[in-house]
Amino acid sequence: MEDNTVLEDLELVYEKPHTLSDTAFHYCPGCGHGVAHRLIMEVVEEMGIEEQTIGVAPVGCSVFAYHYMMVDMQEAAHGRACAVATGIRRLLPEKYVFTYQGDGDLAAIGTAETIHTVNRGENIAIFFINNAIYGMTGGQMAPTTLCHQITSTSPYGREVEAMGHPLKMTDLVAHLPGAYYVTRQAVHTPNAVRKCKKAIRNAFEYQKLHKGTSFVEIVSNCPSGWRVNPADSIKWLEDNMLPMYPLGDLKVPGKN
Amino acid sequence: MEKRELKPREVKLMKGNEALAEAAIRAGMDGYFGYPITPQSEILEYLTVEVPHRSGVVLQAESEVAAINMIYGAAGAGGRVMTTSSSPGISLMQEGLSYIASAELPCLLANINRGGPGLGTIQPSQGDYFQAVKGGGHGDYRLIVLAPASVQEMADFVFLGFELAEKYRNPAMILADGALGQMMEKVDLRAEGSLPKTVPPWATTGKPKERGPNVITSLHIQSEKMEEINLHLQAKYKTIMENEVRYEEYQIEDAEYILVAYGLSARIVRKTVDLAREKGIKAGLLRPQTLFPFPYERINQLAGHAKAFLDVEMNSGQMVEDVRLAVNGKTEVFFKGRMGGIIPTPEEILEVLEQIEEKSAALQD
Amino acid sequence: MIKGTVKIATELCKGCELCISACPQDCLALTNNINLKGYKFIQLKNDACTGCTNCALVCPDAVFTVFRQSKSSMKKAV
Repeated sequence: MEDNTVLEDLELVYEKPHTLSDTAFHYCPGCGHGVAHRLIMEVVEEMGIEEQTIGVAPVGCSVFAYHYMMVDMQEAAHGRACAVATGIRRLLPEKYVFTYQGDGDLAAIGTAETIHTVNRGENIAIFFINNAIYGMTGGQMAPTTLCHQITSTSPYGREVEAMGHPLKMTDLVAHLPGAYYVTRQAVHTPNAVRKCKKAIRNAFEYQKLHKGTSFVEIVSNCPSGWRVNPADSIKWLEDNMLPMYPLGDLKVPGKN
Repeated sequence: MEKRELKPREVKLMKGNEALAEAAIRAGMDGYFGYPITPQSEILEYLTVEVPHRSGVVLQAESEVAAINMIYGAAGAGGRVMTTSSSPGISLMQEGLSYIASAELPCLLANINRGGPGLGTIQPSQGDYFQAVKGGGHGDYRLIVLAPASVQEMADFVFLGFELAEKYRNPAMILADGALGQMMEKVDLRAEGSLPKTVPPWATTGKPKERGPNVITSLHIQSEKMEEINLHLQAKYKTIMENEVRYEEYQIEDAEYILVAYGLSARIVRKTVDLAREKGIKAGLLRPQTLFPFPYERINQLAGHAKAFLDVEMNSGQMVEDVRLAVNGKTEVFFKGRMGGIIPTPEEILEVLEQIEEKSAALQD
Repeated sequence: MIKGTVKIATELCKGCELCISACPQDCLALTNNINLKGYKFIQLKNDACTGCTNCALVCPDAVFTVFRQSKSSMKKAV
């Protein structure tokens, strides 16, 4: 990098969005939450809608999402983000409203709110981070925990006879007429990140057109909860999560 | 749907539930989120008829849990919002209420109290006094609790409830019962649009460049910060206690026996006071209109020269604990209650009062 | 070959190394130094960077700002 002539001719090709605060994320090393936060804020910045956007944070690791996303935000009770978002969006029908929820929040305690919000076709974007574990409380079994996956409350592995099956919420909501756009994405590779950002952009664009609910699942990693290092968590995600939660669109306007 | 013009002041014959719903529209309610439950479903029904061609939004939620969280979101977005339910539904809302109180969001609730515990009965009751007045959900918080005793007050307290909720950034509750909700009376309705409204600066309406993000939250991980929040809330409740106590008195001037009752019970006790006076017993009624803040001071004053107090409720004795705190041992406090959705008669209350009078006369002899 | 480089907010880096495997030019490595948060942080180990942004895309802590040789300067070089 001693070649100063080259440095002078460099142009900026990527910087983090100014809608993302400079505060250091409290997430564990390698955690996908940071990428998901950044992508949402990149889209908000690129669309120029930060003055019209209201986010709803969940309970879980991303409970402090409002420390990082520099838009107006509300902190919902565990599982109630979709109801809170409904209240906001009904009062402010021309604004952009999104929820950011983990698997415990959205697919266990908040199942009813999620299903009914999508079924009403609320004009909101739901971002669903699925890492198959309760991260914040220390790695307990989640509704999306895989069969035989070891967690601190399924120490011998998730036995479906006793603990039920992994819940594929995204497949479930795709069947609802209120869902306009349903997709499953990930953030573990550069390509996955590019696709995920496109999906997030779609979700906001459809909201602008008052098309109904957009639902974007983001399959993510939890190195601490999975008890692996960040690099291995990417491999674990590919080997175990993706077969159960395959990436791709589940409902695309005009195609279903 | 085509919007109609604002309604002028009107006098009408209405059910309590309908008067409450109509008053909410006239008070400029921006949003209503509710779930059907007897004996208050008329409120949601009335609003689904009226709101589409008047103002605001109305939504039937999938549960009371969802409804109260929609209220959280909508209140946080700066709206004047209301939900209503009856006892079991109000129990489901307690989590959300605790969050709303902690995040200091103004909103109005009505509990058209029915008999419990459990699924109980759909008949009128006052069994939710503790839940309404002492917090109900987790943590140290208070609701502003208004207790109407007529259809007129069912309407008036909607305006008052919104006003106090917004003044103090605190949830307010109208605590009525099934009979008040269902009875029909004359009601003088205020003109629509007569309650001033502004979008509060803390609301999450989208962040303009000039300010940082508005955040609505009740999460404060650091103990020092959480204690600070608690101290702030307690200071606010103290201000409310100093400034917002409301009560009505009847025949209290020379009363030797003071009956204390709220809501429907107070209407019955008023008759008891008349019957007692006919028999030469100097009885009077103190009717708290605000249950939080409670008229401790006034009751304590009266305790100085009253022979005894008789608290009457449609429960096993809840407000009586506050009456005893207020009386503070200055004189005896008796209780008469009915439960399970049974409304006491003026005569059966009079019987208790006569026994108290006999006992007190015997003590003085 | 397109030239690029990255600026790294080392104090925000948690040393997760996800950028290392995402980098097609193999030009990132952890230092032996430790930042204020107690993590070994990432740095450029050579000048092979093309400014492809892969590191920035996968970085959970948004530590990368990416620069690339401008098209006009490339023309000049030719």
